[in-house]
Amino acid sequence: MDTELISIALEAKHKELGAKMVPFAGYLMPLQYTSVVQEHKTVREGVGIFDVSHMGEFILKGSKALDLIQKISSNDATKLNVGSAQYSCMPNEKGGVVDDLIIYKLEEEEYLLVVNASNIEKDWNWIQSHNTENVEMIDRSNEISLFAVQGPLATKVLQQLTKVALADIPYYTFVIGEIAGIQNVIISATGYTGAGGFELYVPNTGAEQLWNAILDAGKEDNIQPIGLGARDTLRLEMGFCLYGNDIDDTTSPLEAGLGWITKFTKPFINSKALQQQKEEGVTRRLVGFEMIEKGIPRAGYQIYDEKDNLIGNVTSGSQSPMLEKGIGLGYVTISHTKADSSVFIQIRNKRVKAIVKKLPFIKK
Amino acid sequence: MNTPQELKYSKDHEWIRIEGNIAYIGITDFAQSELGDIVYVEMESLDEELNEGEVMGSIEAVKTVSDIFMPVSGTVIEINDKLESEPEIVNSDPYNNGWLAKIEISNPDEVNALLNADGYKKLIGAE
Repeated sequence: MDTELISIALEAKHKELGAKMVPFAGYLMPLQYTSVVQEHKTVREGVGIFDVSHMGEFILKGSKALDLIQKISSNDATKLNVGSAQYSCMPNEKGGVVDDLIIYKLEEEEYLLVVNASNIEKDWNWIQSHNTENVEMIDRSNEISLFAVQGPLATKVLQQLTKVALADIPYYTFVIGEIAGIQNVIISATGYTGAGGFELYVPNTGAEQLWNAILDAGKEDNIQPIGLGARDTLRLEMGFCLYGNDIDDTTSPLEAGLGWITKFTKPFINSKALQQQKEEGVTRRLVGFEMIEKGIPRAGYQIYDEKDNLIGNVTSGSQSPMLEKGIGLGYVTISHTKADSSVFIQIRNKRVKAIVKKLPFIKK
Repeated sequence: MNTPQELKYSKDHEWIRIEGNIAYIGITDFAQSELGDIVYVEMESLDEELNEGEVMGSIEAVKTVSDIFMPVSGTVIEINDKLESEPEIVNSDPYNNGWLAKIEISNPDEVNALLNADGYKKLIGAE
């Protein structure tokens, strides 16, 4: 691809910190600073900071904003209070998913939609194409930096920088406040690691000041910058879906195990067909599996049953740094989705035994 | 990036230490650094006679898998058993304890086609 990469605000800072920078979803992003395994363990056991400023941020506001969100989103946004957030997805009209996203209710008639970097343009066009009531939409993707401070010591580190009582912010809620001297930072008790912590949405103008302050405050707890490599292994250990791997334009949210964010309490795009699918039952489902024999599953590998029948394919796979064995996610036919079912992963020229596991792989 | 002068190198980022008609093979410091954390080394070509360029094994890192190719034709006469339990040695000591295989060279002329340290440094843009 010869398209120009977009720079995140702190690109130079990451290079200075020794990051290996790679193109990802059109952005030049830190993949790793030291090693994926080491960074992974830092987040599970201590605290790490990720720059995930490539994520997209749309503001939707006005009296009809909620109606538009209800139409495009599978989850029920009427359940949101100001200060709370909700994981959801945007179903397409063909049974698949346009993107998964987090919806924040900022004010009574103002919402923040956080979408995947790779889908910013697609999502924007999709939402606009359903915006029949002229809801005001603002794309703030390239004005906002997003830092995820994750790990059991995250609260301790961040509390030194703010008067906001961080321990009092429940999971999937947020406070807009001052941190490290920067106003109007969204301090959100969310994350993609299962390790606890916060995500901080900050204007690019305050990004470097906030990043430096967090690294300083975390010094005695050995805070480290964490790259996208460890972000992926951390989310995989939790069984969190990654758009483009585990969910895409062809996978149903019900197949992906996202029934819990697919609420038939209101109509939304393709809700009728999905409701019918729910009633009839899905024929395949996304499951987690753990390797019994030595081998590492990778996206695209095929999955077989004990009788050599092809039953599915791997959508994400890696060595689990905590379990020290191969783990993966994949779609398999419904007969093999129960925990403890034996499956076989085709790893190059070998069928390697694995077992279906209940997610997450890592229990807290 | 460490690229010892006394070794030969392949374009596939392997190093070869030649001792008579025997050669030790491993991957370079550059290669281990690009792969990242190595978690599994699979060498299943013991006692096989393979041609230059044929796959002799694979290295699984956390994020990716990479084939290991025969840098010259020969018979695989020994593999590094230590890597079974400690694959991370390939990251920490790629040129010594992290060797992958020992081969008996069948066509010594092929050695001339390998790169020297300077040629390899040029290949990886380290010069």
